[in-house]
Amino acid sequence: MEILAAVLGFVGGVLSGLFGVGGGILFVPALVLVLGLTQVHAEATSLLAILPTVIAGAWQQHRYGNVDWRAALLIGLGSIAGVEGGVQLAKALPEDVLRRLFAVFMLVVAANLAWRAWRSEAYPSRDDEA
Amino acid sequence: MVRLLAIGLVAGVFSALFGVGGGIVIVPLLVAVAGLDARRATGTSLAAIGITAAAGAVAYGFHGDVKPGAAALIGLPAAFGAVAGVTLQQRLQTRTLTFGFALFLTAVGIRLLV
Repeated sequence: MEILAAVLGFVGGVLSGLFGVGGGILFVPALVLVLGLTQVHAEATSLLAILPTVIAGAWQQHRYGNVDWRAALLIGLGSIAGVEGGVQLAKALPEDVLRRLFAVFMLVVAANLAWRAWRSEAYPSRDDEA
Repeated sequence: MVRLLAIGLVAGVFSALFGVGGGIVIVPLLVAVAGLDARRATGTSLAAIGITAAAGAVAYGFHGDVKPGAAALIGLPAAFGAVAGVTLQQRLQTRTLTFGFALFLTAVGIRLLV
């Protein structure tokens, strides 16, 4: 099970780099379904796992000149104000409600990605942009 | 500046509620509201998530909900994966991959729902 979790971690990291996300959408189900954590523990643990992921990814993007650091800092600072609200909400909701809410969130993300790919707004290679 | 702070606020609630980085909110908003191109939006999103996830991990940490061993098991391989993903992103047309990812999320979402 540990090996499967590590493999899913690696795959989540690749998705993080490709799509500019943290990888949590894969880390949370991996922690729940593979390692048997509760939904709240999985979400909390996912946030810590996201840290090394995005530090490595952001550094690599920085080398390609793709990071607007001022915008990133402002978004990051704004997010601190919202985090406590999200934590309180997650802990107030019953476990199974939170898990189903997360599942619905996954389906919405899937639909959004499929829509973007359908309209070809996903990220073209550098050669295509020229 | 207010727009960027507002994107952050929304991403922060999402991030802590679902244990994700919030990139799924940040990337499209950076393109639509801040006018960044798609690839620059993904790079900037990764940097912003660093702050968001750190704040979320600390907030959950106070409640004793964070499992560091499990986080390392997932997060350390993920760091290598992220470097690979960013490198791939510079070279690949990701349309097919996006469809595949969407399909995978649908399957896992249904599994968690039932």
